[in-house]
Amino acid sequence: MSAAVVSDAIVVGGGIMGAATAFFLRKRGLRVTLLERGLVGQQASGVNFGNVRRQGRFLPQVPLANRSRAVWGRLNELLGEDAEFITPGHIRVAFRPEDVARLEQHVADVRTYGLELEMISGNALRARFPFLAGNILAGSFSPLDGHANPRLAAPAFGRAARREGALVVENAEVLAVEKPGVDFVVETRGAGTYRAPLVMISTGAWANTLASRFGEKVPLVAKGPQMGVTEPMAYRIDPVIGVASEVAEEGIYLRQVKRGNIVYGGGWRGPALADAQRAYVDPMNTLRQFPMLRRVVPGIGALRIIRTWSGIEGYLPDDIPVIGPSGKVAGLFYAFGFCGHGFQLGPGVGETMAELMATGETVTPLAPFAISRFDKG
Amino acid sequence: MAHRTILIVGAGPAGTRAAARLVAAGMRPVVVDEAAGNGGQIYRRQPAGFRRTPADLYGFEAAKAQAVHGAFAALEERIDYRPQTLVWHLWENEAHLLTGERTERLAYDALILATGATDRIMPVPGWTMPGVYSLGGAQIALKAQACAIGSNVVFMGSGPLLTLVAYQYAKAGAKVVAVLDTAPVSAGIRALPGLAARPALLAKGLYYTAALWRMGVKMWRGVTPVAIEGDESVEAVRFSDARGVAHRVVCDAVGIGHGLRSETQLADLARCDFAFDAIARQWLPVTDQDGRASVRGVYLAGDGARILGADAAEIAGQLAACAALRDMGVAVTEGELADLRQALAPMRRFRAGLETAFPWPARLAAALPDEAMVCRCECITAGELRAVARQKGAPEVNRAKAFSRLGMGRCQGRMCGPAGAEVLADALGVPVAEVGRLRGQGPVKPLPMTAQSAP
Repeated sequence: MSAAVVSDAIVVGGGIMGAATAFFLRKRGLRVTLLERGLVGQQASGVNFGNVRRQGRFLPQVPLANRSRAVWGRLNELLGEDAEFITPGHIRVAFRPEDVARLEQHVADVRTYGLELEMISGNALRARFPFLAGNILAGSFSPLDGHANPRLAAPAFGRAARREGALVVENAEVLAVEKPGVDFVVETRGAGTYRAPLVMISTGAWANTLASRFGEKVPLVAKGPQMGVTEPMAYRIDPVIGVASEVAEEGIYLRQVKRGNIVYGGGWRGPALADAQRAYVDPMNTLRQFPMLRRVVPGIGALRIIRTWSGIEGYLPDDIPVIGPSGKVAGLFYAFGFCGHGFQLGPGVGETMAELMATGETVTPLAPFAISRFDKG
Repeated sequence: MAHRTILIVGAGPAGTRAAARLVAAGMRPVVVDEAAGNGGQIYRRQPAGFRRTPADLYGFEAAKAQAVHGAFAALEERIDYRPQTLVWHLWENEAHLLTGERTERLAYDALILATGATDRIMPVPGWTMPGVYSLGGAQIALKAQACAIGSNVVFMGSGPLLTLVAYQYAKAGAKVVAVLDTAPVSAGIRALPGLAARPALLAKGLYYTAALWRMGVKMWRGVTPVAIEGDESVEAVRFSDARGVAHRVVCDAVGIGHGLRSETQLADLARCDFAFDAIARQWLPVTDQDGRASVRGVYLAGDGARILGADAAEIAGQLAACAALRDMGVAVTEGELADLRQALAPMRRFRAGLETAFPWPARLAAALPDEAMVCRCECITAGELRAVARQKGAPEVNRAKAFSRLGMGRCQGRMCGPAGAEVLADALGVPVAEVGRLRGQGPVKPLPMTAQSAP
């Protein structure tokens, strides 16, 4: 067998988390290897909704989201490519008084985390967003958020990491990660052996395969978002729109791209076959989404949809990801299980994990996301 | 025997013969078809109120058309026929149907896909201009509505449809300015052994060509299309002939096409295995000789499985029905199967001959100028596709789609897919089989959000 390729850090899994981490590690001067089973950004990172949204998150996640938003703002300059990131704002709308109350509480809560939202209701809401349905009571508006093209963002990080000098190996499925001594040894299927003192596992819905090896298996399940896109119409709907509701079926979200198509998702999730690497949209979910989309923006109700798609996302029972160091093995780090809300966080996770791996600490609080929270007892 | 639901998608020659065979076995299949009338594209019915004779409409094929129409009419009481209905998705042995704005689910025990084909288009600069039609579209305008696509028409491309449509236009009194065939004369000679498998069809093809000569239509072989020109609509076609001499032909409409491509989206949504077919240069569902797909209970027949033409589709429809019956435990004699298989064999040889005579001009994709449109729904040019292949790293078509939007529009790659794959393969310097195929996703065709589920 040929000699192992040696670097300072190995990132296993080239989704947006892994690709961004590799990029920022390289920016810090580490020799980095990124190993990706298929192509960079091909799985959940490449097929999600494309939301760059900070509101509506688990509160302790807001600092990380804020950090990520700052990176999004510098993305073109950092990557030298355009991932179609625009900031027309993000609005969460409510149809019921109790949902309005929850939005108001959230607006107050996130302010202490440095995120300023604006509550808008009644005629002011309709004057500003005339396409919204008349029976929407109120919305919380996050003016500096928006959306980007998920098909472009993670691959752009991968290419930028390579330009910065990272070794980016695609079609390199990792079979085993071992730590026989100081260094980790990473074996791939026919794409070489790699060695480094630092390893990050960011393999999304497939993370348990490697985490189990270190006694850190977590209750991770794969699900598929139910996405779709309409035929194009004149560009009218600038903010990203999401519905705040406790009823799963009502939780629809949509955005219009400059090209004119409306991208949407939400409601029930669908089956994701992690082993087969395929996820599907249940046509009944598509039909259930139509009245929910019309309920929010009646004017799009007569459009036709031209495509649906899904992806394989990893979900954890508390609906928050695993981000941070291993609880058991020095030099091992994780970033996976983003429960369908990882895209916005990707660039920030990359910067934060690079900081943590390179220096041993980070200014962004990660304690709530520790993998050790799943330890028994 | 317990009631079984057999769903046939498509009421053309394959679907009709499949339904007839099932009815003969005492079944009552459901036949779903997008068109208002049965017959498929080849034996398409004229709209109500039109009174052309079968001979006017179908020419040499009038007797066959009448036979297929008659066979279907005889079934109507004994099948559940759903015209103007689209199967927009398949999910867990249920078909999702759309009729008008009403959707419903139909559970099936067996599914026979007889979904036919569309034109295969090789782009040429200017092909998206008003006045340019596919050959099939030009034919339908004539067959269904008795309309010509223009007053001075050029037909350009290759395949049996090229001379047939030109002949039909000329016969109907339209001015056919030129027939420009990209296939060289030598290819036709090389193809003769294969074409000889069906002498009658070969003779018909020669007849159309001879008739066009007699009518004074200019015909060129071995041309290289250069551009379709015009300000707001078609004004001329530029091409170079087999010796490389440049020509410009003034016209106001162009029919283009290079044979047919199978409509395979439903087989994809049924999760059937596909394999690259070197003759068709298309990824096709894998079937056994009787039409069984890789997924249990799914069968394919007709041009939707493999382009063999209408006569073969009639046989393949019966074969697929026999296969479905056998798999359900209904007796079908070996003799019947053997006869059908034997009847199909020369058609496969003929098909190979046709692809030799009228090859898909992959070289033209490689030669397309960067500014030529490939994906007309999303306005993606050959140059943009080449750029993502070379700069962003797109080793296969789905990655190229993700980066460039090629195939993301209303047609979902049904029109631009074949040419897009060739442009990509050429840019990467690999055989076209290596760039794979676009993954199918529902809906099969655009689905209105006003669609209401049936109670």
